[in-house]
Amino acid sequence: MFTKSGIAALVALSLSAGGAWAAGGEGHIEDVAFSFEGPFGKFDQNQLQRGLKVYTQVCAACHGLQYVPLRTLGDEGGPHLPEDQVRAYAAQFEVFDAELDDFRPAVPTDHFPKSGLETAPDLSLMAKKRAGFHGPAGTGLSQLFNGMGGAEYIYSLMVGYHEPPACAPEDFEGSYNAAFTAGGYPEECKDENGHPTVPGSWISMAQPLWGDDVEYDDGTEATLEQQAEDVAAFLMWTAEPKMMARKHAGLTGVIFLTVLSVLLYLTNKRIWAPIKGRKSH
Amino acid sequence: MSGIPHDHYEPKTNGEKWLHSRLPIVGLLYDTIMIPTPKNLNWMWIWGIVLTFCLALQIVTGIVLAMHYTPQVDMAFASVEHIMRNVNGGHFLRYLHMNGASLFFVAVYLHIFRGLYYGSYKAPREITWIIGMLIYLAMMGTAFMGYVLPWGQMSFWGATVITGLFGAIPFIGEPIQTWLLGGPAVGNATLNRFFSLHYLLPFVIAALVALHIWAFHTTGNNNPTGVDVRRTSKTEAERDTVPFWPYFVIKDLFALAVILVVFFAIVGFMPNYLGHPDNYIEADALVTPAHIVPEWYFLPFYAILRAFTGDVWVVMFASWITGGIIDAKFFGVLAMFGSIAVMALAPWLDTSSVRSGRYRPMFKWWFWLLVVDFMVLMWAGAMPAEPPYSTISLIGSAYWFAYFLVILPLLGVIEKPEAVPATIEEDFDAHYGKAETPAE
Repeated sequence: MFTKSGIAALVALSLSAGGAWAAGGEGHIEDVAFSFEGPFGKFDQNQLQRGLKVYTQVCAACHGLQYVPLRTLGDEGGPHLPEDQVRAYAAQFEVFDAELDDFRPAVPTDHFPKSGLETAPDLSLMAKKRAGFHGPAGTGLSQLFNGMGGAEYIYSLMVGYHEPPACAPEDFEGSYNAAFTAGGYPEECKDENGHPTVPGSWISMAQPLWGDDVEYDDGTEATLEQQAEDVAAFLMWTAEPKMMARKHAGLTGVIFLTVLSVLLYLTNKRIWAPIKGRKSH
Repeated sequence: MSGIPHDHYEPKTNGEKWLHSRLPIVGLLYDTIMIPTPKNLNWMWIWGIVLTFCLALQIVTGIVLAMHYTPQVDMAFASVEHIMRNVNGGHFLRYLHMNGASLFFVAVYLHIFRGLYYGSYKAPREITWIIGMLIYLAMMGTAFMGYVLPWGQMSFWGATVITGLFGAIPFIGEPIQTWLLGGPAVGNATLNRFFSLHYLLPFVIAALVALHIWAFHTTGNNNPTGVDVRRTSKTEAERDTVPFWPYFVIKDLFALAVILVVFFAIVGFMPNYLGHPDNYIEADALVTPAHIVPEWYFLPFYAILRAFTGDVWVVMFASWITGGIIDAKFFGVLAMFGSIAVMALAPWLDTSSVRSGRYRPMFKWWFWLLVVDFMVLMWAGAMPAEPPYSTISLIGSAYWFAYFLVILPLLGVIEKPEAVPATIEEDFDAHYGKAETPAE
């Protein structure tokens, strides 16, 4: 009785833990079936390369990736660019070299530049520092079963620019975004308790992606949704570059420990057999 | 040394005799590993090994992480990213350490609730229980300080809120808070001392664990019946027990392996599920997060801390009777520490003559209600401090105290316990039948 209840308690514990961050106004987060979801999910190398292009030509104008070393663009389990392309890619950035006391072109051992615009957050960890959707009722079950997380948030933010709701005055500062919850609201869009009556809020970043912002090398059509998905996948990789190695190690551990469990189960049964008599009734 | 009668180590060769007369360490290890253990222990008795494994895991992974971590406010966050990106296997080590803390607390809560159900805290195991509570407190301190080290937003603001609790103590609160932080606010001195103490405390825990094991090896394990092992003779004791090795070592290792399957699945496939996304934002003293919440394992006590607001009558009464010295904030702090203190006092609050909850028909209900209460408090702790969550927290906190201070003392008087088996052997045979050949 206790054991079963213990397991139930354990499950309940882990589920209630998902509620740790659930609160605040809800943004509209769309579920995307990314290739990297689930225990066997992998990054799509072509998608990461497309996402890199969107990042470089659009996001990098204001944002940075200060924690990401440029050489990791050549890593397996990442965009996996050939060495000469990594070198050429790095060389487009200028970095300050304290030894030279001057600027020089970046080399693969340097990091991506920091955000050029001071108010633009660094994007290295964006896919991990946004929760996505933690419902229903703050249980985090949606994240657990649909894999909804930070990448979905980035996608939803990119496609979340809509016409402002009717309640808002026309001159309200910023752009209305249905996925963004950290921004301001006009007084007209709040109820009597001060809670917003519309999903999302107003964001200071103007709509960055419209469709056909970049031309993909692999011929993929650069629709708004396609670009949003690609850049979200790319930013998931910058946040979690070792994800594929991690899942591989996790799976190895699970398989090894399952075999060990079976062996220990059989050993345990055999050891105890002489102690436990057969029940007579 | 007293204890359950059993065979002791006898040095046989000249070399063994030479060592044994100078340092009887082999004998100590032999007696520890061969300790007679009640043979009816169920699957709730596996958490001790899981906890020992967790301590070892945290120390080993932690030592390697410390080799690459920089405890300096401008570099700490980046050094964790360095571990995640550039250190060989660093990402996996860090996720093991991070989720290892969660496994540690899952195991300790199940271990504590097992003790509460089967009356493991009762005489003669009060010292074991008290040491266990000290271990739990040291674990909470270690986990809290460890969470500050990555220097994310929740690290910084968690540290600010929790050290602020000490500031709520009347008169001496502020000097204590400054002394803890090493300055007027959370800063570089705080980060450095937390790193130093986070490295030190696990070894204090290891020493306490040794005392914990020593204590219950002296009294003998409790067991699901709560009936003592017969100690009148070795033959009788052997009918109630089996040696720890190999019977329980293998059983516990099997359980540990199964638990680690789940653990590795979490570390490998969803390592950030139990964490807070805000902690991937570097600490910023100028930006307060919308909701500051601790890690899941602190949530029940966080709920108790926040439950006692100024409009609760006990708080108003305490404030009135002390002339305002005890305000709502200080009352919350007292309640939070008090909730652990009453648990530590369980050996003296429980008046029942029967040890195991298995034979206590009324106790069972109250116990499971306490488990539910713990879950509800955990959930309420994660929710914002506003109705209806504040009311739920208050009811939950009230039950927590009532269980230890009212229900446990009363039950012993009014409850009529069921018949308890005469011996452990009887209980074991009732489950498994008599062994065809008696165990050696």
